[in-house]
Amino acid sequence: MTIRFYLTRAWLPLLFLLLSVPPAIAVSGPAAEQQLQQGLARLVHGNFQEKEAAITQIATSSDPKAKEILEALLAGKIYRLKKDNTLVYTARKGAKADIIGVLSGNALGTVKKRAIKKITINNRLRGKLRGQLALIDLHSSDPKQRLAAVNKLIKTLDPASAITLETLLQTEKNTKVREALLTARAIIGLRTDSGERRLQALENLQGNLNPAVKNELTSLIAAEKDKTVRLKAVATLSSIESEIAFYALLEKIFFGLSLGSVLVLAAIGLAITFGVIGVINMAHGELIMLGAYTTYVIQQFMPNSIGLALFLAIPAAFIVSALVGILIERTVIRFLYGRPLETLLATFGISLILQQSVRTIFSPLNRSVSTPAWMSGSLQLNPVLSLTTNRMTILIFALLVFAGLYITLKKSSIGLQVRAVAQNRSMARAMGVKAARVDALTFGLGSGIAGIAGVALSQLTNVGPNLGQSYIIDSFMVVVFGGVGNLWGTLVGGLTLGVANKFLEPWTGAVLAKILILVFIILFIQKRPQGLFPQKGRAGA
Amino acid sequence: MKTRLLSFALTVAVGMTTLLSGQAVAADTIKVGVLHSLSGTMAISETTLKDTMLMLIDEQNKKGGLLGKKLEAVVVDPASDWPLFAEKARELITKDKVAAVFGCWTSVSRKSVLPVFEELNSLLFYPVQYEGEESSRNVFYTGAAPNQQAIPAVDYLMKDMGVKRWVLAGTDYVYPRTTNKILAAYLKAKGVADKDIMINYTPFGHSDWQSIVAEIKKFGNAGKKTAVVSTINGDANVPFYKELGNQGITADTIPVVAFSVGEEELSGIDTKPLVGHLAAWNYFMSVESETNDNFIEAWHTFIKNDKRVTNDPMEAHFIGFNMWIKAVEKAGTTDAAAVQEAIIGVTVPNLSGGYSAMMPNHHITKPVLIGEIQDDGQFEVVWQTPGMVAGDAWSDYLPGSKDLLSDWRTPLACGNFNVKIGKCSAK
Repeated sequence: MTIRFYLTRAWLPLLFLLLSVPPAIAVSGPAAEQQLQQGLARLVHGNFQEKEAAITQIATSSDPKAKEILEALLAGKIYRLKKDNTLVYTARKGAKADIIGVLSGNALGTVKKRAIKKITINNRLRGKLRGQLALIDLHSSDPKQRLAAVNKLIKTLDPASAITLETLLQTEKNTKVREALLTARAIIGLRTDSGERRLQALENLQGNLNPAVKNELTSLIAAEKDKTVRLKAVATLSSIESEIAFYALLEKIFFGLSLGSVLVLAAIGLAITFGVIGVINMAHGELIMLGAYTTYVIQQFMPNSIGLALFLAIPAAFIVSALVGILIERTVIRFLYGRPLETLLATFGISLILQQSVRTIFSPLNRSVSTPAWMSGSLQLNPVLSLTTNRMTILIFALLVFAGLYITLKKSSIGLQVRAVAQNRSMARAMGVKAARVDALTFGLGSGIAGIAGVALSQLTNVGPNLGQSYIIDSFMVVVFGGVGNLWGTLVGGLTLGVANKFLEPWTGAVLAKILILVFIILFIQKRPQGLFPQKGRAGA
Repeated sequence: MKTRLLSFALTVAVGMTTLLSGQAVAADTIKVGVLHSLSGTMAISETTLKDTMLMLIDEQNKKGGLLGKKLEAVVVDPASDWPLFAEKARELITKDKVAAVFGCWTSVSRKSVLPVFEELNSLLFYPVQYEGEESSRNVFYTGAAPNQQAIPAVDYLMKDMGVKRWVLAGTDYVYPRTTNKILAAYLKAKGVADKDIMINYTPFGHSDWQSIVAEIKKFGNAGKKTAVVSTINGDANVPFYKELGNQGITADTIPVVAFSVGEEELSGIDTKPLVGHLAAWNYFMSVESETNDNFIEAWHTFIKNDKRVTNDPMEAHFIGFNMWIKAVEKAGTTDAAAVQEAIIGVTVPNLSGGYSAMMPNHHITKPVLIGEIQDDGQFEVVWQTPGMVAGDAWSDYLPGSKDLLSDWRTPLACGNFNVKIGKCSAK
């Protein structure tokens, strides 16, 4: 209702004014082609200013090819032939490249990479290109592109934009795009001379979270003479700000949970080896690293389906790390049961051996593991709250791994045996459980889970020989904090530490936050040596 | 006076022994020390520099060596272990009797070997950009001082891109902290308000950038053009840039200009999300000049792999090595004291098509280039200083150091002469 009222009354005079402005002169036909050619000719020069002029010339030529050319330029696909400066689209193939003429559209065969030179652009030109493309995109058939184009426009509003806005509003059906257009119109409304119109605009901007609105209101309050308008603006701004603060809190909790989920993933394998069979395994971090390298190797085998490779890497990493884990248990750890200090030193040695072998096999340089497209970017819930998809995926993944492990331990027969051996070794043996075999399998299970954690970590951090080292301390911290031998403790402990860390970080900085968390855990362990969830009754898990 | 005499006597004595023992050990070679980590965390960056030195020495020998003798490289591995740097340096100078040492990467390794070089009066050529605030008689700084990298980059952002709000993000150690201190002082001198500067430090190898990037985003949404000046070190950069991409920050909204990200660092990662972000160096592999083309070709032939990149510290070694050759030829001897005197004012071609000269403060003149990251892992130069910039040992923007002056020519021969009280504070 208010919107319609607002449209008819306040905007009528402006509309007339706008419609009386002659529309931009559009060239067409041969003239357009000629302008395009001129633009392309200027693009060949190395000078960025010349290129900028060329882009404007191409964009305003309204030649149908213009959009394709600008997009290719933005993507860095336009090259020139060194011999005669012909502009070509290029698809690289090793040292050779297939080329297609930009103007003619004909395939021009294959040339050596040295025969062509890229038409380079800089940030300024990139901004310019995106701006020009956004103007073209305003009329795109994809509502997402239109929305992005309008949001871009909001940042650079000037009185001239009003014409475009009005014509767009008349035809726009998509509610989200309409909303953005109305926001843009209200922002222009805030800049008018009439106090009444400004009040109206404020009414329309109530609760609008677009960052441009907040900035506009801040500058309005500083300059506003009319008292009622100013009071209204202050009220609007404070309501917007409290809403932003609420979403900032949600965002912080999400960040914390996401950090916590990484901690849980890294620690949960340790919760089994350390918690259930009481082995301090300093090579746990390296088992994580092996999982990450497995992901890298599988991706190398199937470079064209990165997403699928990631899924395949989950069982593969489990198997690789589990086998290495069982090998470590059979060859070293089983001779050292009940001697924690020796176990600690021996596994530390193993961790160094694993690191160095990875260095020798894969080189000391970090390997780059690609992220599939569906895991990059973010889910935009509203203008101030967006959740990054890779973090969300890993949060869900961590919960799934936890659930899977929990069910395995509680419902399967191997789980029953593991728990039996953990509770009372000699009684379990008396009942016919092969304790040695169970030890090896438990260790394998814990190590395999570490491998799976490695797959997840390869998406977040560098895959290098030192990957494991940076997580081993955190893992022990989570297990000790949560309560040794308790999976729930690991889950709750990991998530709590993650959230606590993210709440501390803004006012202490990342370095101090880490230290404070460590101090907190030391104090906590002094008070409650068994951790959050102590084992109950007869040392039961 | 007494100490000066004494140090002179010492210099002569050491010089004599070097000469004598050099003749006694091997009359037909001049030894050059290469002090770069070949194992441990810094091996990633430093191994390349060792290879660069071997190539340069090899080339010089093909040209007929130096003073009629062949050059011989003595390579040692300090294994990214700072105290071991000092030990290995001592070994190079006293046992191997090298004429000069090319080496070190991190500031802490340089600080570790500094007393050794001063005590034994030998020469060190240090090829990496550093935080300044130092000048030694025995060290030649061929990498960039803050005024040859950080300050021009900030100037570029301020003038050409209209940046009004600044995020200074760095790893928590001496180089970022000193550089950020200088930058904050510089920005304030240019009229930037305190609330428009955000300073943030993270630990080495930091990987969870969510809240810091969210904070940067919020900071950048205040309506003024914002840029990030990054002194983030090493592989922490990869998750940082990834998180920037995921949270939708691109180079045209909030550009990041980095001082520690070069071709070598980019060669291992997918650069698509990074396109358009900036780096400031004195050399890029993409620079078009004849010396650079020749250098790249020589490098590819030497290393037998034409995918290897070249980078700024390699150019620094190229310049430093050629300056040392020229100074030795000028002095007619490899004696440290004579070379120290001869090298000031020596001019050699650099790889960006100009000439670099050794200044009296043991820093060199270089052009400053700003490059944008491209999708092939190379940089495209978008701006450069009109002429050469002379390295400044003592920053003009820090209260303690702006009165200090470094000039190693006689009669001053002082690394930190205080112009206010007219005294050399080192002695």
